[in-house]
Amino acid sequence: MKITSALDSTSLTTRYPKTALLTTLFFMVALPFVLYLVLLLMLPFNRPEALDAVAQRLGWDLAHSTFRDTWYGAILLVEATFVALYTAVFAGVTTWVERRIAGRMQSRIGPNRPGVFGFISWVADAFKMLFKEDLIPAEADRLLFRAAPYFSMVGLTLPFVVLPFGESVVVADLNVGVFYLTATSAFIVVGILVSGWASNSKWALFGAVRGAAQVVSYEIPAGIAIMVPVMMAGTLSMQGIIRAQGGWPWQWFACQNPAAFVAFFIAMTASLAEGNRTPFDLPEAESELVAGYHAEYSGFRIALFLMVEWANMWIMGALAVTLFLGGWQIPGVSVEMINQTRGTDVFPTLVWFGWQSASLLVFAIKTWLLVILFIWLRWTLPRVRVDQMMSLCWKYLVPGAFACFIFTLFWVMVPASVHLVSGVVISLGVALLLVKFALRTRKNIAQVKGARVDLSNW
Amino acid sequence: MAETVERRILGRMSPSDEEIVINFGPQHPSTHGVIDFVTQTNGEIIRRSVPDIGYLHRGMEKIGETVGYPGFMPFTDRIDYLAAMFANEGYAMAVERLLKIDVPPRAKYLRAIAGELCRISNHWVAVGTMASDIGASTPLTHALREREAINDLLEELCGARLTFNYARIGGVSFDAPEGWGEKILNYLEHLESYIQEYDRLISLNQIYVKRLANVAVISPDQAIAYGLCGPNLRGSGISWDARRDLAYGAYPDFTFDVPVGQGKMGAVGDCWDRYAVRVLEMRESAKIIIQALAKLPEGEIMAKVARKPKPEPGEAIGRVESARGTMCYYVVSDGSEKAYRVRVRTGSFMAMGIIEEMSQGLMIADLIALIASLDVVAPEIDR
Repeated sequence: MKITSALDSTSLTTRYPKTALLTTLFFMVALPFVLYLVLLLMLPFNRPEALDAVAQRLGWDLAHSTFRDTWYGAILLVEATFVALYTAVFAGVTTWVERRIAGRMQSRIGPNRPGVFGFISWVADAFKMLFKEDLIPAEADRLLFRAAPYFSMVGLTLPFVVLPFGESVVVADLNVGVFYLTATSAFIVVGILVSGWASNSKWALFGAVRGAAQVVSYEIPAGIAIMVPVMMAGTLSMQGIIRAQGGWPWQWFACQNPAAFVAFFIAMTASLAEGNRTPFDLPEAESELVAGYHAEYSGFRIALFLMVEWANMWIMGALAVTLFLGGWQIPGVSVEMINQTRGTDVFPTLVWFGWQSASLLVFAIKTWLLVILFIWLRWTLPRVRVDQMMSLCWKYLVPGAFACFIFTLFWVMVPASVHLVSGVVISLGVALLLVKFALRTRKNIAQVKGARVDLSNW
Repeated sequence: MAETVERRILGRMSPSDEEIVINFGPQHPSTHGVIDFVTQTNGEIIRRSVPDIGYLHRGMEKIGETVGYPGFMPFTDRIDYLAAMFANEGYAMAVERLLKIDVPPRAKYLRAIAGELCRISNHWVAVGTMASDIGASTPLTHALREREAINDLLEELCGARLTFNYARIGGVSFDAPEGWGEKILNYLEHLESYIQEYDRLISLNQIYVKRLANVAVISPDQAIAYGLCGPNLRGSGISWDARRDLAYGAYPDFTFDVPVGQGKMGAVGDCWDRYAVRVLEMRESAKIIIQALAKLPEGEIMAKVARKPKPEPGEAIGRVESARGTMCYYVVSDGSEKAYRVRVRTGSFMAMGIIEEMSQGLMIADLIALIASLDVVAPEIDR
């Protein structure tokens, strides 16, 4: 069988009409990148002085106007809207990415109709969801049934207040950032519990109770594991934790401290469980509970639930990147170097914007890699049972996280040179493991006889 | 007023305040067709689960009494659509015994080859849906891809991909096409290497093993007492296989092993054993096919049979080792063109009986594993 790839440049232009290519390009580039661009350009407006300067250039003395605060608030509202939009766009794009990866893993095609490589399918899905009938079961608690998705939405959007995107690209660098994030993201489980209860369906109730038990249990190992980098950085601020790390892998917390390396995996496992991702997708276990807590939902409300689930992956990934994997730190570039390029003007220099976009890119790439790892896990692993999920949490993760915590208490006292040695050893070890994994995978793929890779229709 | 089935089952349950009764089915992603498992649970722990069957009853056995002997053959496909070759073969064998016909050796060999291909294809669905019920959806699509390759081969043989209608009373409907054997051998080479990958993907996956090992352990005594057959019986460690022990058709000419559950991951007769038996059986089927292709005799594929056969009054039984256990056709003739009675005993129906006892004390997720490990198919239960 001849193996052809859909990525052949010749096939792309012949296979798709020009309009399809352009529309896809618009959605692919315009939506996510314009979002980032707007976030970047609005950075200086975090300070009211920038607004004053713009007004002055337009010949309007805003600095002494009574409406100064109103204007400043309006600008911040626009900025907040764009951050909230980011969750929606990310969730949408991730559905497409996930379905494409799943299709590839399952040797089927996946969405490939609307737009090039089916990229616009997520936009089409969103519109489809909006036009679907919005059913409320006759016996349901109508008020709570309608309210439940918004609880989850609140739990999704509030963490974005402290989640960093880049060196200066963050809504608010709270000094209790990590604490705020774990507290607000727990709102999602309120939505799960309320939706399961209000649906008046046994399946939904099962899913809701499972979800509550699971999320509340896994908050504990996650919370303790998160304390490890907090202790190493000596601050709860998300940006502060990233500034305490460096750009190179051996400067990341996960490599600097063996306990943090373990804590990274504990935190990842716990966040998988909190995000209801396979192998911990018990609240919506399709083969057991039909659809679990959202079994009775349809139309726009199910769209909200699904959006929360997918956008939550960004929070899971971004949190792990922030705490353990060096965040937005660009290898070889220190924070001081970036700050020096800013200049003293109200509006920063173009070089500074360049560094900001570079840090944005670093953070986004790292987070996307973790998101793809979550997707990969979901389409590989079976689901654990309820009692196994509980025993994993209480028998292994909680004591393990505690051990990491205690170890780190002593580790922060050892000299920095030991941290560097540990960083080099662990990062080299991980690199070796990755190489071995790739070689083993290649061997396994070669071992199956007969053609089975056909990318022609992908 | 007559008591409905639901009422009768619910009456037996009498749930306390702590318990709820929940219907697993008739429409549920993992009941493998329209079956209803009326389940009394205390939270995640199941007190008792009673299968309520009959949603797919089409009166197959009655149809067998009205359409004449050759006319019933396409209906047998619909008794077990995932392993239709065996349903054809069993019925053909029963009627051949009534008519006292000898089937030509080539036809016997073709039945064995087609049957074993069908067994592999059925077991792919069984192990794939089992993984899907445990929560891993990728093995299912891979298994279905493998099954497609077999469907292609069988389509080349008889023109159908699902309901084959291949066996005839006295032989088979089509001879093997040119170059068919080569294609089968190519596929079997791929199969052997692919099963290894499948084992790495799911069979030996630690989460999967932990979900299945020591779950719903059926002891050998229980398996016999409840009349389990096929892979479900062998999963409990009892080596009984109609192909070897009844030596029908062309099977006495082949050497093959009968895999039984050994309790490798837990106790003998747990869900993992029943699963592993199916994986191992695919390899044994491949062995049989290779031997049959090597020895395939030349000659006729049909014995001489009247267009409307009228057997002497009497009765006959055709027993074959179907993918879901020993499938048994009981046909009674009164000397006319139509059968006086046709009865079918199927593996899935026998497997349903044990669910009520085994489900007690399981968790909800384990019940799904138990149903999947028994590999039941709704039309075969209800007929």
